[in-house]
Amino acid sequence: MTTIAVAESDLTLALLRLADTALVHGHRLSEWCGHAPMLEEELALANIALDLIGQARTLYAYAAEVEGAGRTEDDLAYLRDAPQYRNVLIAELPKGDFAFTILRAFLLAAQARPFWQEATGSRDATLAAIAAKAEKEAAYHLRHAGEWVIRLGDGTEESRRRMLDALDALWPYTGELFEVDASDHALIAAGVLPDPAALRPRWDAAVDRVFAEAGLARPADPWMQTGGRSGRHTEHLGHLLAVMQHLQRAYPGATW
Amino acid sequence: MVRVLERERTIAAARAAAARVVDPEIPALSIADLGVLRDVRLGADGMIEIDITPTYSGCPAMRLIALEVEAAVEAAGLGRPRVNLVLAPAWTTDWITPAGREALRRSGIAPPVPGGGRRALFGADETVPCPHCGSATTEKLSEFGSTACKALWRCRACGEPFDYFKCH
Repeated sequence: MTTIAVAESDLTLALLRLADTALVHGHRLSEWCGHAPMLEEELALANIALDLIGQARTLYAYAAEVEGAGRTEDDLAYLRDAPQYRNVLIAELPKGDFAFTILRAFLLAAQARPFWQEATGSRDATLAAIAAKAEKEAAYHLRHAGEWVIRLGDGTEESRRRMLDALDALWPYTGELFEVDASDHALIAAGVLPDPAALRPRWDAAVDRVFAEAGLARPADPWMQTGGRSGRHTEHLGHLLAVMQHLQRAYPGATW
Repeated sequence: MVRVLERERTIAAARAAAARVVDPEIPALSIADLGVLRDVRLGADGMIEIDITPTYSGCPAMRLIALEVEAAVEAAGLGRPRVNLVLAPAWTTDWITPAGREALRRSGIAPPVPGGGRRALFGADETVPCPHCGSATTEKLSEFGSTACKALWRCRACGEPFDYFKCH
C-alpha cells in the first residue's frame, strides 16, 4: 500500500491540521446521508459536509503547492494513513446519535467561525482568501448547530438525556481545539495564523450563551484528550480512512 | 494598431463565449450574471486566459463550469483557453448582476437579500419576499436547501415553497 508523508514545514503542517479536521469532520457528517431524522436535516448535514470537504480540498491543494513535490489534493486525502493525519481527535469520533453529531458540530463551528474571521487578515494571501469563504460558511454551521443544541437541550426528557451524554463524551476533546505548539507559535508570530488564545473568549462566549439557553451546565475542565494534531489518533480514524480511501487503495490511480 | 484591435476583438469574442455558459444547477443564470466569470485576457503566449472564482468552497459545479468554459471558447473557434480558479477576492452574492437577480426571481428563486444571513447566532431572520407573489409574509423552513447556495422558504400568502439564494 502506498503511503505518503508530506514534508512538514510549519505552513504545510498548519494547512494539514486545518484540512484534515475539515475533511474528517465532513466525512462523519456525510455518514448521515440517508439516515438523518428528517428531510431538512438530511439536506443540512450533507450541505455542511460539502462545505467542509470543499474547504479541505482548497487547503490540501494549497498544502501540496507549498510542499512543491508535485502532489495533488487527492494524494493528500487518499494516500496518507492515520499516523500522517493531523486532525483534532474530536472530528474523528464515530458519528454517534443526532445529539452527539450536533453538539460536535457546534463545538467545532464555535471555534471555526472566529478562527476563519481572524484568518481573513492573515499575512498569507492564499490562507486569507480561503478564510474569506470559510468564515461565511462557518456562520451558517454555527447557527444551525447552535439552534439545535438549544432545541435538544431544552427539549424532551429523551433529547435532553442524549445531549447530556454527548456533552460528557465530547467535552474532554475540546482542549485540543486551542492547543499551540512550537510550529503554531512561529506562524502566529509571523501573522499567518490567528492566536488560539485570542479566539478562546469568543468560543467561551458562544458556548456559554447557547448552553444557558439550552439549560446545559458547562462541565468542569477534566483532563483533556490530545494527540491528533501530531498524528496520535483514536482507533476510529483508521476505520474511517478504510472506508474513505477504499477506492484509491483497491484501484490505485483510478479516475472517473 | 491592427494587432491591438484584433487582440481586443479576440478577447471580446472569448468573453462573449464564456459569458454564455450557465450555472449547471441554475440554468437561468449565466456565469457572468452570477459573478463567477472574473477576467478574460490574452496570455503572453497568445493563449486566452480566463479566471473564474468558486461560489461556495464545496460547490460541485465548479469543475463542470471550467470544462464548459473551455468548450465554449473552443467552439467559438478561439482555441483552447487556460481556465484559472482564483480565490481572491472571495466571491460574494453582491456580484450577482441585476439581470441575474431578475433571472433568479423568474426561476422561482428569491435573490439574496443584501446583508442577510450573516448572523452566526441568535437575532432575527431577514425578510425574504416571495418570488412568486411578492408577499413579504414568508418563513424559513430550512437553513439548507437543494444546493449549497440555497435555503428553503415558504410563502404564507400564496402557500408556495421556494428556494432562497442565500446571501454570502
